Amino acid sequence: MAKPKLALYWAASCGGCDVAVLDIEVKILDVAAFFDIVFWPCATDFKYKDVEAMPDKSITLCLFNGSIRNSENEKLAKLLRAKSVVLVAFGSCAQEGCIPALANLTTKEAIFKTVYLDTPSTHNPDKIFPQPVTKVKEGDLEIPVFWEKVKSLDQVVDVDYYIPGCPPQSTQVAAVIEAVIDILKNGKPLPPKGTILGAGDKTCCDECPRTRKEKKVKQFYRLHEILINPDECLLDQGIVCMGPATRSGCGALCVKANVPCRGCYGAPPNVHDQGLKMLSAISSVIDAQEPDEIDKIINTIADPTGTFYRFSMAHSTLKIADL
Amino acid sequence: MAFEPRIVAFFCNWCTYTGADLAGVSRLKSPANIRIIRTMCSGRVDPSFIMKAFELGADGVLIGGCHPGDCHYAEGNYKALRRVHLLKKMMRSFGIDEKRLRLEWISASEGDVYQHVATEFTQTIRSLGPLNWKQHVDQKSSSEQAVVV
Ligand code: SF4
Ligand code: SF4
Ligand code: FES
Repeated sequence: MAKPKLALYWAASCGGCDVAVLDIEVKILDVAAFFDIVFWPCATDFKYKDVEAMPDKSITLCLFNGSIRNSENEKLAKLLRAKSVVLVAFGSCAQEGCIPALANLTTKEAIFKTVYLDTPSTHNPDKIFPQPVTKVKEGDLEIPVFWEKVKSLDQVVDVDYYIPGCPPQSTQVAAVIEAVIDILKNGKPLPPKGTILGAGDKTCCDECPRTRKEKKVKQFYRLHEILINPDECLLDQGIVCMGPATRSGCGALCVKANVPCRGCYGAPPNVHDQGLKMLSAISSVIDAQEPDEIDKIINTIADPTGTFYRFSMAHSTLKIADL
Repeated sequence: MAFEPRIVAFFCNWCTYTGADLAGVSRLKSPANIRIIRTMCSGRVDPSFIMKAFELGADGVLIGGCHPGDCHYAEGNYKALRRVHLLKKMMRSFGIDEKRLRLEWISASEGDVYQHVATEFTQTIRSLGPLNWKQHVDQKSSSEQAVVV
């Protein structure tokens, strides 16, 4: 029997998700033995035209990481959707926009101005900006078009499953791959469409070993402003920890390392909007009843919008309307 | 056609809702722009309700609760106050005028206060104009294909 075909792709991403796949260590050999890897730009030398030449639905499983920032990302998302039976949004960028989608708080024009004019290391007196098509004597040179907004994978194509995380924890990746191999080998049914794989169904706080006393705070601290008690809940200490607004699954990795959860596993079950969930959680720990004092405490949170939506901006209630 | 603001209001059952009712019973005129949703307490108003209202086309959101110290669940209105303050700050970064969100304490006996707040808030939203969140956004995305900068 022919081996099932596997494709991996990176759109607008940092490369960390590809590393997370390699991080499954010797299990990668099982992957290579069981699957025929037909496309993986980070590790193998296949071209887009190779994928274009494949029949539709000929790829069994495609793990797609990265968000959709430009026309090339979107084209590959559509191409891989057509060629794959199962398309998985792998990692926070593909799932809900992640760091790239923070750019949705500004405009393309402002981004170009910063990048091509204002940064101290830029010297661009002729104000040259990248153009989608440039004519040279040899012909037309094309580069991808930069979209106005960053989208998650499911905002451009139909997605079957999600694996959250920035990046997904390698133990979770290994477990998902093992389960997939088991399903394919033994003809087991697939989980229902839309299932979040490789994660828990509680919040990060449920996995956290720290003692939470639900204290109220008079001030929020940034990490360099406070000596962190390693046993007490970080939120109780006035450190913005995204635990209550984040899905379990990583084993509370960051909080165990004395660093607050940043929210990379996305919204917990039954929560529509991670940022607003965090807003509620933070509002409950603010120790003030007077408007002025409330504002004073709120002002000690550095960039609440960017912090609460650090990973889920593309899926935020108001930005969904953006598409 | 003149712009008529669409305002979604979340009123606590024990105070503001009853206050608005009193305004009606006392035949105090108040604008018909306000669509009231009754909640048990202003503390029940999750920020996602507010954002959802804006997403679905509200031009303004008004929240009404009991006066400080009077909340029937002790602390709900303080919770609402803290949420609204933080949400206003976040609305600014999303590019929405924070005046589109207002929180007021109106007791069951303050029909006149309801009338005043409802009229004033409708006026504020009328002068801010429609939020048009969806259209505003559609315009942006249709310019996507345009030549870079
Ligand atoms: S808020 Fe953070 S530190 Fe506190 S219990 Fe939750 S995950 Fe742990
Ligand atoms: S603790 Fe939070 S930020 Fe860290 S890996 Fe887990 S979900 Fe991601
Ligand atoms: S019961 Fe009215 S605000 Fe809580």
